[in-house]
Amino acid sequence: MPEPTPDAVPPVGADGNRDLDRYAEGSLEPGLVVAQANLYVSAVESGGEGRRRVGRGLGVGAWLAIGWLAFIVIVAVLAQLGVLPLKDPNRSYVACARRGPFSTDGTASGFLLGCDSNGRDMIARLAYGSWSSLIVATGAVLFGLVFGGTFGLIAGYFGRRTDAVITSLFNVFLAIPAVVLALALVAFLAGAAASTGQSSVDPKLILILAIGIVSIPLLGRITRASALSWSQREFVLAARAQGAKPVRIMLREVLPNVLPAMFSIALLGIAVAIVAEGTLSILGVGVRPPTPSWGNIIGLDRGRLKESPHIIFLPALMIFFTVLSLNFLGDVVRARLDVRESAV
Amino acid sequence: MAALRLIARRFLQLAIVLLLVTFFTFSLVRLLPGDPAKTIIPFGSDQQRAALAKDLGLDKPFLQQYVNYLGIPVIKSEGTTGLLQGNLGRKYATNQPVGELIKQSLPVSIQLVIYAQLVALALAIPLGVLTAYRAGTRTDRAVNTTAFGFLALPNFVLALLLSYVIGARLKWLPTAGYEPGWLDPLFDSARTPSVEHLKYMVLPVIALAVGQVAIYMRLLRSDMIATLQENFITMAKAKGVPNRRILFRHALRPSSLTLLTVAGLNVGTLIGGAIVVEVIFGIPGMGTQIATAIAAREYVELQSYIFVLAFIFVLINFAVDFCYILLDPRIRRARADA
Repeated sequence: MPEPTPDAVPPVGADGNRDLDRYAEGSLEPGLVVAQANLYVSAVESGGEGRRRVGRGLGVGAWLAIGWLAFIVIVAVLAQLGVLPLKDPNRSYVACARRGPFSTDGTASGFLLGCDSNGRDMIARLAYGSWSSLIVATGAVLFGLVFGGTFGLIAGYFGRRTDAVITSLFNVFLAIPAVVLALALVAFLAGAAASTGQSSVDPKLILILAIGIVSIPLLGRITRASALSWSQREFVLAARAQGAKPVRIMLREVLPNVLPAMFSIALLGIAVAIVAEGTLSILGVGVRPPTPSWGNIIGLDRGRLKESPHIIFLPALMIFFTVLSLNFLGDVVRARLDVRESAV
Repeated sequence: MAALRLIARRFLQLAIVLLLVTFFTFSLVRLLPGDPAKTIIPFGSDQQRAALAKDLGLDKPFLQQYVNYLGIPVIKSEGTTGLLQGNLGRKYATNQPVGELIKQSLPVSIQLVIYAQLVALALAIPLGVLTAYRAGTRTDRAVNTTAFGFLALPNFVLALLLSYVIGARLKWLPTAGYEPGWLDPLFDSARTPSVEHLKYMVLPVIALAVGQVAIYMRLLRSDMIATLQENFITMAKAKGVPNRRILFRHALRPSSLTLLTVAGLNVGTLIGGAIVVEVIFGIPGMGTQIATAIAAREYVELQSYIFVLAFIFVLINFAVDFCYILLDPRIRRARADA
């Protein structure tokens, strides 16, 4: 067991009422309990008492997760570069339409995983779809991290009134259920793009913006909480005493310590964003066809569920494995970097 | 007295949040570039556009428009009605008042969310207690691993899976459709509850609840583990109180505060999940309305839906906070002193 650092909180089991006390002090808003609860859970799970054995190698699970993610990313990038020997994802092969995977009647030879209802090769759709899904999810989370992170850092560092204003702004956005907010933003942004005649705007960009904006308060609150605790440390005080400017202290002293928390949350955030893109696609406002994404492959052929379930469940499997891997890695990273609730 | 002051303060916060939410939904429609009437109903006729411009008071200054939208008495423009008068705008394609549409669809969604929440808690509480009691054993690990798996299963995937396997293949339950339940007549007297209602709700509720079970269970488990190490539990054990009684009587209550808070806040997630689940199972709730409104670019309608959902969600959060205050005297005191 490593020696706990001075600011390290006792493991979860030691004092079950701690969060309640902090709630009573007013330092813990109920919304925060959610994030904290999630961190709690993984802290308890990963090390029995909230502390992971340091120094051991990554487990089999983590390597499987890394392997799957690496595979997906490589396929997505290579497909997009046109290096992979894939069929055109938008070309219809009539004979193959709605054929399932591994058909043996000869109509779908050469289409290992079958075709969608328009006779487009599933393998090609899935591979190109990975690119759209990943780019939207990663872009959205990066957007959220840059803006949420900046606001969170400012709120956490300056505290007081700045903090109060930014936190209540976050709360307003959190008052609207995330999916509803994302839907509204996509609808309005798309409407705005259409009515100003800017239909050349990549629809993926609108999705990135919408999901990104929704994630700002979520990522921002976590950054804020982490920045708040780090800003009270001696080295920050020392830097301030030496006359360093706030911007410099935030970027050089506080930010590097906040990054681990942001990184582990980013992994979970990408998982959530992938699901969000899927949800929006099913509601008809995801990545715009014919460009495939995991979500819109499902959304487009949802009506074919009965006759050709493979069109729905192949991309669903991709989403499942990717989200599972990201969740798992997020937990591992959090335990490794010792983020725990001290960051929240 | 102190509790009263605290509640008054929470009320003020509630009002401010609601005000900002309305300002946000209001701005969304007004900030669309170009001629708002044209953007708001791109497929409408000139006549409809004129009606819209009159309804929205588009010729007035921005802030006056907002006041009219809220319907604040005295300072609103003569002869207009706003949110405070219950005016939620109209669906311009059919000229129906949005309030009517909400009256028909809201109870459907509320029932779905309530069922899902109840099922999730009914499954999560015993599982949480079990895994906490057996922490570190094979049972614990098996349940936790399964829960982790379900966490990665988006509710739309689960909904489609259930619809396919149970509905289309095994034909045990309908794959789509809806019959009115107990809440519908309260909103719309023309509807009568039907026994069939439950049959249509089973699959959507499972699709919505399973992801929450995993969250709630893991949460309760970690809190329970902490509680089970407290002295009063050791005391109870020493007195020879049966295990089941210790777990469900002594340990569950102090461990459930966080769970209740999260369950309250999670209603937001459930509302979001309900939208997509409703669309998949063809349930005529708010989710289906929202999806149709987006497809038809009915922005005024959409604006009202967002407002109503945010309003309900903020109220629930307020209620949860309120319960917390009632449940725990320490919070009552500390918050009031602050």
